Amino acid sequence: MKFRISKLFFLPICAIFFLFSSGCGNAAGNENGEVVVYNWGEYLDPEAISLFEEETGIQVIYDEFETNEIMFPKVEAGATQYDVICPSDYMIQKMIENDLLAELNFDNIPNAKANIGTQYWDRSEEFDPDNKYSVPYCWGTVGILYNKTMVDEPIDSWTVLWDEKYQDNILMQDSVRDAFMVGLKLNGYSMNSTDAGELETAKNSLIQQKPLVQAYVVDQVRDKMIGNEAAIGVIYSGEAIYTQRENPDLEYVIPKEGTNVWIDSWVIAKNAPNKENGEKFIDFMCRPEIALMNFEYITYSTPNDAARDLIEDDDIRNSPIAFPDLNQFQNLETFQYLGEEADQMYNSLWKEVKSE
Amino acid sequence: MMKITVKKIYIFLIFVFLYAPIATLMALSFNASRTRSKWGGFTLKWYISLFDNREIMQALWNTLFIALISSLTAVVIGAIACIAIHKMGKRKRAVIMGITNIPMLNADIVTGISLMLLFISFGVKFGMGTILLAHITFNIPYVILCIMPRMKQLNPSTYEAALDLGASPVHAFFKVVFPDIFPGVLSGFLMAFTMSLDDFIITHFTKGAGVDTLSTKIYTEVKKGIKPEMYALSAIIFVTVLLLLFLINKAPKEKV
Repeated sequence: MKFRISKLFFLPICAIFFLFSSGCGNAAGNENGEVVVYNWGEYLDPEAISLFEEETGIQVIYDEFETNEIMFPKVEAGATQYDVICPSDYMIQKMIENDLLAELNFDNIPNAKANIGTQYWDRSEEFDPDNKYSVPYCWGTVGILYNKTMVDEPIDSWTVLWDEKYQDNILMQDSVRDAFMVGLKLNGYSMNSTDAGELETAKNSLIQQKPLVQAYVVDQVRDKMIGNEAAIGVIYSGEAIYTQRENPDLEYVIPKEGTNVWIDSWVIAKNAPNKENGEKFIDFMCRPEIALMNFEYITYSTPNDAARDLIEDDDIRNSPIAFPDLNQFQNLETFQYLGEEADQMYNSLWKEVKSE
Repeated sequence: MMKITVKKIYIFLIFVFLYAPIATLMALSFNASRTRSKWGGFTLKWYISLFDNREIMQALWNTLFIALISSLTAVVIGAIACIAIHKMGKRKRAVIMGITNIPMLNADIVTGISLMLLFISFGVKFGMGTILLAHITFNIPYVILCIMPRMKQLNPSTYEAALDLGASPVHAFFKVVFPDIFPGVLSGFLMAFTMSLDDFIITHFTKGAGVDTLSTKIYTEVKKGIKPEMYALSAIIFVTVLLLLFLINKAPKEKV
């Protein structure tokens, strides 16, 4: 009796497993196959996906992530096999080092080399030395957003964040690398420094700055600055354009000591089941009209020069915030993956700053 | 007199802490401006664009579908398990109850990662199916927890009497045992439904590409800022629950 019952239960459980393991894979039966895309949240105009599907007959399975650090373990574990992914600069370098990316066949992505400006390819070399793995998709700078009515002098330097006049009116980024970038650049060091002495100096600067800081925040900089709750904030340029539209008193500046130029790029995973479809997808995203659609949807700067030429509004096309001439500035850098040891050093120094 | 005012202030403060955040969210859902720090006038446009937004609606249906199916399945499995556990000897029962209680105390992140690894090693394709399996798994202990106390209150003689009067075991179960444990089954179902509805971590690790529930969908919006449509949706969910509770408490107490 007992035996029979256990057998009875075992069967449906097996059946369920079988159903789920085989039944859900039907999508692959689509005529021209599929492509699995893993992108940041809200980082692509949904209309562009529909257009791609209509034109190519390839079904797009679209998935989103929140941070590079959450994306990495999912790709590394291989739970879902993604084709196209959109990580940031230093994460691309880490993925290359961990052998997670496939070399791109640029014959299948003619729009990339044709439309994307050379200065972005040059920048990419910092994390992808021969431009073999990645195609730039969005980029921007990190700078100071300030309220013209709340500051007296013209602002062009990180030193303003250490000015006691603005006590409790300063917003800092609450992430290790972004905060240390400011500290290191202030002292004239590279933001990818792994030198213990340089980092110590940067740490001391940040500790010295702490009493002046109103809050360490991430995306609240945007809302707080629009609401006139602070005078000066460290912010990503993509957000700056949006905040200016909401509050015309705000102004964005790239500090003269140099700053971080970040790039989010398309890459293809090493174990991608649909590599060619992935390359078609990337090529499609590099078309000027599609890149323009995405730029208008995301408002982060596009590296696609052909798309930039299509922008009708002169103020945006020639905006020094969205499209600064990078050659004008010195000491611009891109984040690099520094290895685990350096990561730990940064983290423990950051903890000292925060706990001081 | 003094005492009563203090009491009133105290209860007022409690309600402020509980409901002020929700009130803020509902107020913002009518804000014409995208940012929380500027009032751009009253509008219903977020509610309209919410129903036009295919992705959010899809995520909503996924969430409800997963919550419903997983809690129903968990109730069936849990109820059957309770019958068996009830019939066990004392020591065996203690052991089994201990085992079913562990997953409830276990951190969600451990459950999530271990389920992910299990699915990988079995070569299961990640998608809706894996989320469902995961949700059923973590729902079962809650169902058992809710049904077991009712089981213990059962009078074994009524079931035996039904058998003596010629009912088949299945018939006797549904006519005699089930009505008695029904309140436990219902609360188990509701508990499982709620747990499944707001789970994020386990869903995050077991979901496949392109399948999103509300919680994972909202989380992906972190980089670019949460959209006002989400405020609207949250407001609708809150009002729905409020109305349901109101109706249940107002309804004349008949059967059930």
